[in-house]
Amino acid sequence: MKPAPFVHHAPRTVDEAVSVLGEVGHDGKVLAGGQSLIPVLNMRLASPGHLVDINGVAGLGAVDITPEHVRVGALVRHAGLERHGGAAAALPLLRQAVRNVAHPAIRTRGTTVGSIAHADPAGEMPSVAVLTGATVEVVGPSGPREIPAADFFTGPLETTLAPDELVVAVRFGRLPAGTRTWFTESARRSGDYALAGVALVVTLDGDAVAAARASFVSVTPVPDVLDLTDLLAGRTVGDLPLDAVAEAVRAHVDPESDIHASADYRRMLAAELTRRALAACTTDHTEGAA
Amino acid sequence: MSTRQFGERVQRREDPRLLTGNGRYVDDLGRGALHAAFVRSPHAHARITDIDIADAWELAGVEAIYTWEDLDGRVADPLPVLIPHPAMTHARTGHCLAKDAVNHVGEAVVMVVARDRYVAEDACARITVTYESLPAVVGVDRAREGAHLVHDDVPGNVAANLRQEVGDVDAALAAAPNTLTLELAIERSACMPMEGKGVYARWDADEGSLRLFSSTQTSTGVRAAVAAKLGMPLAKVEVVTPDVGGGFGVKIVHPWPEEVLVPWAARALGRDVKWTEDRREHFVSSAHERGQLQEVTVGFDDDGRLLALDVRFWHDNGAYTPYGIIVPIITATQLLGPYKPGAYRVEFWSLYTNTVIVTPYRGAGRPQGCYAMERTMDAIAAHLGLDRAEVRSRNFIQPDEMPYDQGLMFQDGRPLKYDSGDFPASLAKLKDLVGWDDFAAYRAQAEREGRRVGLGIGCYVEGTGVGPYEGGHVQVETSGRVNVATGLTTQGQGHQTILAQIVADELGVPIEDVHVTTGDTRRMAYAVGTFASRGAVMSGNAVALASRVVRAKALRIAAEALEVSADDLEISDGVISVKGAPGTSIDLKTVAVLSNPLRYAFDTSAQAATQFAGTFDPDKPPVADDDEPGLEGQDFYSPTQATFANGMHAAIVETDPVTAEIRILRYCVVHDCGVMVNPLIVEGQVHGGVAQGVGGALYERMVYDEGGQLLNASFMDFLIPYASEVPTVETDHLETPSPLNPLGIKGAGEAGTIPVSAVIASAIEDAEGLTIRSMPISPAELWELRRQHSPDPVTAQEGPR
Repeated sequence: MKPAPFVHHAPRTVDEAVSVLGEVGHDGKVLAGGQSLIPVLNMRLASPGHLVDINGVAGLGAVDITPEHVRVGALVRHAGLERHGGAAAALPLLRQAVRNVAHPAIRTRGTTVGSIAHADPAGEMPSVAVLTGATVEVVGPSGPREIPAADFFTGPLETTLAPDELVVAVRFGRLPAGTRTWFTESARRSGDYALAGVALVVTLDGDAVAAARASFVSVTPVPDVLDLTDLLAGRTVGDLPLDAVAEAVRAHVDPESDIHASADYRRMLAAELTRRALAACTTDHTEGAA
Repeated sequence: MSTRQFGERVQRREDPRLLTGNGRYVDDLGRGALHAAFVRSPHAHARITDIDIADAWELAGVEAIYTWEDLDGRVADPLPVLIPHPAMTHARTGHCLAKDAVNHVGEAVVMVVARDRYVAEDACARITVTYESLPAVVGVDRAREGAHLVHDDVPGNVAANLRQEVGDVDAALAAAPNTLTLELAIERSACMPMEGKGVYARWDADEGSLRLFSSTQTSTGVRAAVAAKLGMPLAKVEVVTPDVGGGFGVKIVHPWPEEVLVPWAARALGRDVKWTEDRREHFVSSAHERGQLQEVTVGFDDDGRLLALDVRFWHDNGAYTPYGIIVPIITATQLLGPYKPGAYRVEFWSLYTNTVIVTPYRGAGRPQGCYAMERTMDAIAAHLGLDRAEVRSRNFIQPDEMPYDQGLMFQDGRPLKYDSGDFPASLAKLKDLVGWDDFAAYRAQAEREGRRVGLGIGCYVEGTGVGPYEGGHVQVETSGRVNVATGLTTQGQGHQTILAQIVADELGVPIEDVHVTTGDTRRMAYAVGTFASRGAVMSGNAVALASRVVRAKALRIAAEALEVSADDLEISDGVISVKGAPGTSIDLKTVAVLSNPLRYAFDTSAQAATQFAGTFDPDKPPVADDDEPGLEGQDFYSPTQATFANGMHAAIVETDPVTAEIRILRYCVVHDCGVMVNPLIVEGQVHGGVAQGVGGALYERMVYDEGGQLLNASFMDFLIPYASEVPTVETDHLETPSPLNPLGIKGAGEAGTIPVSAVIASAIEDAEGLTIRSMPISPAELWELRRQHSPDPVTAQEGPR
């Protein structure tokens, strides 16, 4: 399990990185945390001729908080985001979700932006990106551009990113006051890719639901948002139509069978997790206020 | 007084070294050696029509490329059938490199030797092997049908068919007031040691000798096999086993193709060569275990007492049978556990499939046998409406019936005769530990909380410490250092600790002075290996016997020096003194000096042994006719039969009423391995065994598709439980000494693994009120079972609420 030969590029600036990506085109891959890429290389499932290692690029390691956004740079490790008190206060869903990413060792090295660029349907952070209306900041040969998360993901492991573009940050949208969030998933083993997972955002107006949205992990080909507002708006906490929500989830998700669980099981699981998340989210204040 | 070590919870002496990264594994050795890599078959069954290596030769750094055509002498012959058996009428083994055909994905076809592993793998990628695909036989059902054959000349894919019968089963079944038939399945798993296999060969061209380092469970076995294959004198081959990162059975198989090819290439090239197996290779080219289909028919009276047991099972042995039919023989015999079966008949068919070979994995056929027997016990209890522990209890062999002969032949060719055990006492301890009699109340409380819980139980007997023998060598240096050698290998079990405990007590020296070497043919040329929970029984007794030889010699020399009778002497803390007169004494290290008459004094202490020291009787030769120089001794322990350990486990599981997720709330073990050398290490062994058992019960399976591709050949998809999935194990012990060996000990290595699938099946069945006939079981499978059993499909889809 050794990778095929490749050229290692170590640019110091974003422009340099983009320039190298432009030169090598489809034969290049960006290396950030490497937690998905390196195993793929070692198993020779892919053998790109060039790795553009951005770990030495300046200016990509910051978490910035503005009234509208939490901006996460391309070199922020999952563990860094998990520990970032400001980010957790501004958008609790980030910490709720990121602690479900694999294991501590992987979170220590892997990057949140990298996992979004990787676009694995089993990834937690792509779901959070779409649910918060995030913006993906990209730099290419013709300069920077911004892609709404909803337009970024096109299929499993596929995005609208061009081979000569680098994702430099993701801006997660902050949520209105009175909003509670929840993230839960179920895996065969703790830290594994989830069989199903759900991220939930519920905005309350007093005791009544004003708006609610969910996105999912491992049960949709690309992360997308299920708007539950029509089902829940005006309903009071403690009297939510959980069965109808579960039914809406079952209709929304489109899981596949694999050796770990059938599609039917995953559909049931996504619905049940959402039901439990909704119940917990609207009754338990501690998690959402973290 | 020395502190007695035997029986104490002595901390593992190997851990500080291993836990600080100072272990020395095969891959840590051989800097500068060439590296081997292999082109392995992507097909489960195919004929090889062409191998094109031209492109690979172009690559800088490639030193050699070998196919079967290049092999010479006995290296080109099939690998040995290690354990022949009369019932194995159609034994087949592979070649070091595939000859004309491949019989499973992962079989080695071409060997590349290169500057490093990167180049070697690059070269492998450039080699084109052309195959003509053949129909693959995957799974017991396909093998049993025999529509396609793995080996053309093996009809019905049957490697072996063996039947044993005690009593008249047909008559007893016909007369039984109750009968039940169970069809059972258990899946494949594998040992999966954290360190895969590894081989490093140093060829000394000047001496014409070979030093081989292998991550093996038998260095003497590898030595003999490699010497035979390479046509070398045994005296020119040394095999050293450095630290080994787990074995669990897979490394007792030998010689692996790589164990032959790496030294063969080293000799051919005149260079050091090494090979480190990677995880993917381990999945597809090492060994698996467990896969069986079973059919049990049982006859019993209205009290649940067994009258007859008729068992047939079909064992998937993979593509070849280098290790014979040890696994199904153990299933067939150890299935009986602590019970008297009445009349017993067992018949198995060991079947070829186009999959990785099947050889012993911790438990080695016992988990399957225990599963069959314990599923049957639960079925009887359910049929009669009796308590499950009570049904078991009524069928126990009683302590006053020991030794108890089951009338069968065991895996070592000797009688299946239990030497000791107190099953009623073990069960009483277990029921106490888990709260068996209070469980109804516990369940009622859980139900009030909307939770679903179940209690499971499983009992087993394990034949441990099979022969033929192991040896111990003990040597006291003039510094007082005690060197102990035994030939079996260690994979982290704690042999350095327990063997030192035994020697320290037997010899009367501080444990700090005792240094243990295992698995090094330079230190102990005669040995068998580490398997069948035999390390403590075999080498423990061997080093005790060797220590007694040394102790006797030390006392004799001391008696002469002190001019007292040896009977009046004792040894404590490395000092030999007259009982009751501690002032009259001599250090053991001084005795070591005196034991070796010298001409030359290499240090001041050695002066006492030289010719003018005046310590010797001038009328006697310096070394007597029946004596040898040096304070050292050797002895071997060779038992007439295995010693039988036993245990009983119980678990409480919770299943989610909707999602069918399965959680083990409590796991309790009562374990009887005779006298314990070190309870801490015994418990560690049990815990590790339970962890692997939990893997087999709830997580692990080898998923082959119909074409023989292994779909989950990585740790991402082959689910070994993490620490987070393994429950806390609550342990209690019973110590029923074995009458068979001087220390009264029985093996403990495999015990924890054996009943876990049976116990978890029992507990889930109890929680769910469903019948479990196939293991392992995942949440998705349990959920599917509920759907099948539910009369109301809508409710089933939602899950009972």
